[in-house]
Amino acid sequence: MTSFTLNGKSVSVDDDPSTPLLWVIRDSLGLTGTKFGCGMALCGACTVHLDGVAIRSCVAPLSRVSGKQVTTIEGLSADNSHPVQRAWIEIDVPQCGYCQSGQIMSAAILLKDKPKPTDQDIDEAMSGNICRCGTYQRIRRAIHRAAEISAGAGHAHEKVAQ
Amino acid sequence: MTSALLEKRKNVGRREFLKTSAAVTGGLCIAAYVPELSAGARELAAAGPGVFAPNAFVRIAPDETVTIVANHSEMGQGVYTSLPMLLNEELEADWSRIKVEAAPVDPAYNHAVFGMQMTGGSTSTPSEWERLRKMGAMARLMLIDAAAQKWNVPASSCHANKGFVIHAASGRNASYGSLAEAASHIQPPQNIPLKDPKQFTLIGKPTRRLDTPSKTNGSGQFGLDVRLPGMLYAVVARPPVFGGKVSNIDSADALKVSGVRAVKQIPSGVAVIADRFWAAKLGRDKLRVTWDEGEHAALSTSKMTADFSKLSATPGTIAKKSGDPAGALASAAKTITAEYDVPYLAHAMMEPLNCVVDLRADSCELWTGTQFETVDRSNAAKVAGLPPEKVKLNTTLLGGGFGRRANPASDFVVEAVHVARIAKAPVKVVWTREDDLAGGWYRPKWHDRFAAGLDAEGNPIAWTHTIVGQSIMAGTPFEVFIKNGIDAASVEGAADILYGIPNVQVDLHSPKIGVPVQWWRSVGHSHTGFSVEAFLDEVAHAGKKDPYELRRKLLAKEPRMLAILNLVAEKSGWGKPLAKGVGRGIATHFSFDSYVAQVVEASVEKNGNVKVHRVVCAVDCGRAINPDIVRAQMEGGIIFGLTAALKTEITLENGRVQQKNFHDYQMLRIFEAPAIEVHIVPSDANPTGVGEPGVPPVAPALANAIFAVTGKRIRSLPIRSADLAESNEVKS
Repeated sequence: MTSFTLNGKSVSVDDDPSTPLLWVIRDSLGLTGTKFGCGMALCGACTVHLDGVAIRSCVAPLSRVSGKQVTTIEGLSADNSHPVQRAWIEIDVPQCGYCQSGQIMSAAILLKDKPKPTDQDIDEAMSGNICRCGTYQRIRRAIHRAAEISAGAGHAHEKVAQ
Repeated sequence: MTSALLEKRKNVGRREFLKTSAAVTGGLCIAAYVPELSAGARELAAAGPGVFAPNAFVRIAPDETVTIVANHSEMGQGVYTSLPMLLNEELEADWSRIKVEAAPVDPAYNHAVFGMQMTGGSTSTPSEWERLRKMGAMARLMLIDAAAQKWNVPASSCHANKGFVIHAASGRNASYGSLAEAASHIQPPQNIPLKDPKQFTLIGKPTRRLDTPSKTNGSGQFGLDVRLPGMLYAVVARPPVFGGKVSNIDSADALKVSGVRAVKQIPSGVAVIADRFWAAKLGRDKLRVTWDEGEHAALSTSKMTADFSKLSATPGTIAKKSGDPAGALASAAKTITAEYDVPYLAHAMMEPLNCVVDLRADSCELWTGTQFETVDRSNAAKVAGLPPEKVKLNTTLLGGGFGRRANPASDFVVEAVHVARIAKAPVKVVWTREDDLAGGWYRPKWHDRFAAGLDAEGNPIAWTHTIVGQSIMAGTPFEVFIKNGIDAASVEGAADILYGIPNVQVDLHSPKIGVPVQWWRSVGHSHTGFSVEAFLDEVAHAGKKDPYELRRKLLAKEPRMLAILNLVAEKSGWGKPLAKGVGRGIATHFSFDSYVAQVVEASVEKNGNVKVHRVVCAVDCGRAINPDIVRAQMEGGIIFGLTAALKTEITLENGRVQQKNFHDYQMLRIFEAPAIEVHIVPSDANPTGVGEPGVPPVAPALANAIFAVTGKRIRSLPIRSADLAESNEVKS
């Protein structure tokens, strides 16, 4: 049995401790917002937070999270109220959407560590996340926008219709 | 699917197309009546008592929920927003009440042009332009009739707005939900007039996507996210060489892996079935299969490149001939020639292929993200031994499609049904990234040989283009579209160039090679866009002409393309000075009935690394239904095209695909993504494609920019930094 905290709740699973956290979350615990893209920490689709740090869950063995706090996209906020989610919706970032859980989880940690990131900060923090649909330009805009929302300028730039 | 196919469809007689549809769909009867209006179709859309379902595409519930049934798959291109926009422009429901649901498989949901249920060819919104507005108008007219009857006033004295029918004279109003029951008893109108476009309130407005909230909180359901009670997981060991067969299986160690239930041969390889994906994957790692590699074990892409070049020096099947190209070349003041190569490419959707199957004795239910519902259901039914009506296919969100999920053989669906036959339980078949990249069905490898003849003033008077590459349609039910030896998808963007050159010849060789190929975002245009536009740049320089000015001259009789060419030149500041070391390149391309022109600004570092700074894009796609989605598709198409230009190739040696995962099949990343500006030309013309047309022009515009700054011609993709490193520098 391995126990850890997932999105604020204690969970215990009997998967082999070497099982990648991604598959524990998806298949054993049934939270499918965290995605599988490569299995080699190359694409970032599986990004989750481990004690406040963004990690690639596809290469993190279950044993690594024992007793720790794991947050997935479902735990960031289910009602899309997190500033990153709000900015993503405002700018309509996603296309197919498959990589976006990972993008959002990486962006959330970037903004936690650097509340007002530069373009270079964004390049560095987000380069591990691939988007095959090519939404990079909007991801960049949305991260800047999320920084504004977090800083309390939430209504300054509401401009997209509907 | 291809724009060429759409064009063929327009030209082909209805009878012949129905025959083809029958071949493609396995003999399904194509309804001769208007299927979306049939009683069966109304039942399809109905859900519960009191629900108003006037046709197959919309239903309104007493609780005011408006459900729009989408007959095209959402794979990022925004159809779960643009299709509801079409319908609701006429329905006049409250936009915030609209929910979207994927259509079941039924002739009512067939592609309005292609006659089968599918998503492709950048046709979803254009092909539904009229039908969905009519479906919305029909519902509105019936709701108005219901209200008018209730109030005993003429229907003509009522109007609809934001989910209410209003009788202005008496100040009465009734919500759509409150009218749903009564509207269900109203006869559908015979005449369904549509709004004058000047009255549009939704179409043409940047509108937020309806699917975005489900994609920012993890709730969106992709195929890989489907979970059924008692569901097992499977992966498949497939042959290392295309066409290989299982010779011997040693499953002893695989079966020792905790959670592995079964290891069994299926037609495509060996299935490992387990309680969880991870156990199945570990089991496959321990599996030892001896393969009979078959006839393709010597395939080599480097040898193919040489073979294609040789073949391109011989006459192919003529796809287009105008004037006297040979004579004009012979008499030209100057001639230039060049050869271009592009590689096999994988689609590499972020969501690897997958399919969930629940196979029972007398039924089969499938869940998958597919672009090819009718074909998949028909192919699944054959393997399941059931009539297609007994197979229910649920279309989930697609984590990218790009053509891969429109497989004429339904490879990933058929295989999953084979796995289900041995799993004896609901099963999810999952492809790993390695499976995806090695799995074939690539964009074909292409070779292009050009010759151009210039007159004394440097104007092109002759243009010959020989294309070598595999036919996508050959060997599939779509083969009937190959006419006179020409697969239109092989020559689209080449045989139909818009440039006014008097003597043109395009011919084609379609070698048969054991690598499965398929449509890949922008299909034939993905190679002709590059080669034609890069070679035209060579022609401009050979004739000492500015590449933009030459294009202007050659497009004098193509007003729509000329307009966006001029627009992109203006917006990019063509001709104005750039920072030292930065070059500018331009390209245009007509595809999927849309006109796109792009200008790229790029520089080359000393080590040969290419940096793309800015891409300016102008597009004429007719009326832009949702301009923000058009913009997003151009942005995404440009990144997709740049990835192909700078990063990716699938190569084979000894019959084996060399690329394994994203370390050796690299995607463009955020730090490499340029600033992109999109300019949409206002238009009253009918809407045309937007999902694919952004892709073709970016690679040639980049290659032309690199020439402008380095004097080196890029004639092969992907661009290799070693070829551009400073030690190789040549001065232009």
